[in-house]
Amino acid sequence: MAKKESTFLNMFLTLLIVTAISSLAASAVYNLTKGPIAEVARLKQQKAIEQVMPGFTSYNEFKVMPETGKDSLIFFKAFKGEEEIGVAINSYTYVGYSGLIKIMVGFQPDGAIENVEVLVQKETPGLGTKMAEPKFKDQFVGKNLADFNNHEILVTKDGGVIDAITAATITSRAFCDAVNRAYRALEENKKENK
Amino acid sequence: MNQMQNFTKGFFKENPVFVMLLGMCPALAVTNSAVNGLGMGLATTFVLVMSNFVISLIKNLIPSKVRIPTFIVVIASFVTIVDLSMAGFLPGLHEQLGIFIPLIVVNCVVLGRAEAFASKNTLGSSIVDGLGMGLGFAMALTMLGAVREIFGNYSFFGYKFIDADGILVFILSPGAFIALGFLIALVNQITKKAKA
Repeated sequence: MAKKESTFLNMFLTLLIVTAISSLAASAVYNLTKGPIAEVARLKQQKAIEQVMPGFTSYNEFKVMPETGKDSLIFFKAFKGEEEIGVAINSYTYVGYSGLIKIMVGFQPDGAIENVEVLVQKETPGLGTKMAEPKFKDQFVGKNLADFNNHEILVTKDGGVIDAITAATITSRAFCDAVNRAYRALEENKKENK
Repeated sequence: MNQMQNFTKGFFKENPVFVMLLGMCPALAVTNSAVNGLGMGLATTFVLVMSNFVISLIKNLIPSKVRIPTFIVVIASFVTIVDLSMAGFLPGLHEQLGIFIPLIVVNCVVLGRAEAFASKNTLGSSIVDGLGMGLGFAMALTMLGAVREIFGNYSFFGYKFIDADGILVFILSPGAFIALGFLIALVNQITKKAKA
């Protein structure tokens, strides 16, 4: 079979058909995978809440707009039976080395941090990604931000208590920023409910 | 050239990374650990085989003046399909490789094989070529990733053998160039000896 000639009509029809088939295939796969992808995201969120609020049996989900920042934070008020055991907050920061970092922070009812879990990050592998390791993030466990100046947790370089990751101070600062954002929103939320 | 030679040329004689210096962007950007290199290499292999297959199939129907846009559309479709399917059905793997998958579209190894091989050869040879080139690419990326991980993080495939911070420069981009340079020199030395 000889090659098709490059006439205008031939080129137009070829591109039209190829792109049409491609978009059909892509949208078919999109529809097929939409359900599973949403399910994966839901399970991941569930697991993160479980990590930062161990032993919860049900939760109330609502959104809170922080004073600073462009996006709302998602609060998960966790209950064990009838008793409220704390709030898990899906917080974020834009000042990571590669921009957006999303974390889940669990606060006990008195405001102390129960645990922190990284949800989304694009930091440099081998450097910034170490923030997901216990060596770094376990420093936050049990800390109550009410004990610090301006109710902010900071890295030691900025006069705080968190040892930054070697060669990833920007990431460490961003992580603190996300935790602080969650805590500020928690305080505001408490004030409003009083 | 028989099919065996066609398959093995991707590993040494025409290795996309070490010999042809194609696909440098992913080769340098994602190889800060051996696992990342291997994952990126295997994902590329899949796309390479599929796009070679389709392009070889439709090579006679494409007017030559619009062949490049057509190839790119075909490649992009497969990348999208791989990306979405992995996100839905292999979430663990997708989490590891997620950010690299879209990069495959702009990998010139894939387009290069489509243009230089699949659009001129039979269906069978094209699939073998895609497989060989893809695995050669995966091998090169894994080697590069392993070298950088060993020096940069003192670990191999995630297994840490010295409990200390590694030589930082190997994890960062300059280390990629340095490691690649030494690996190419090594491969050149070996192939030179093999010829002599």
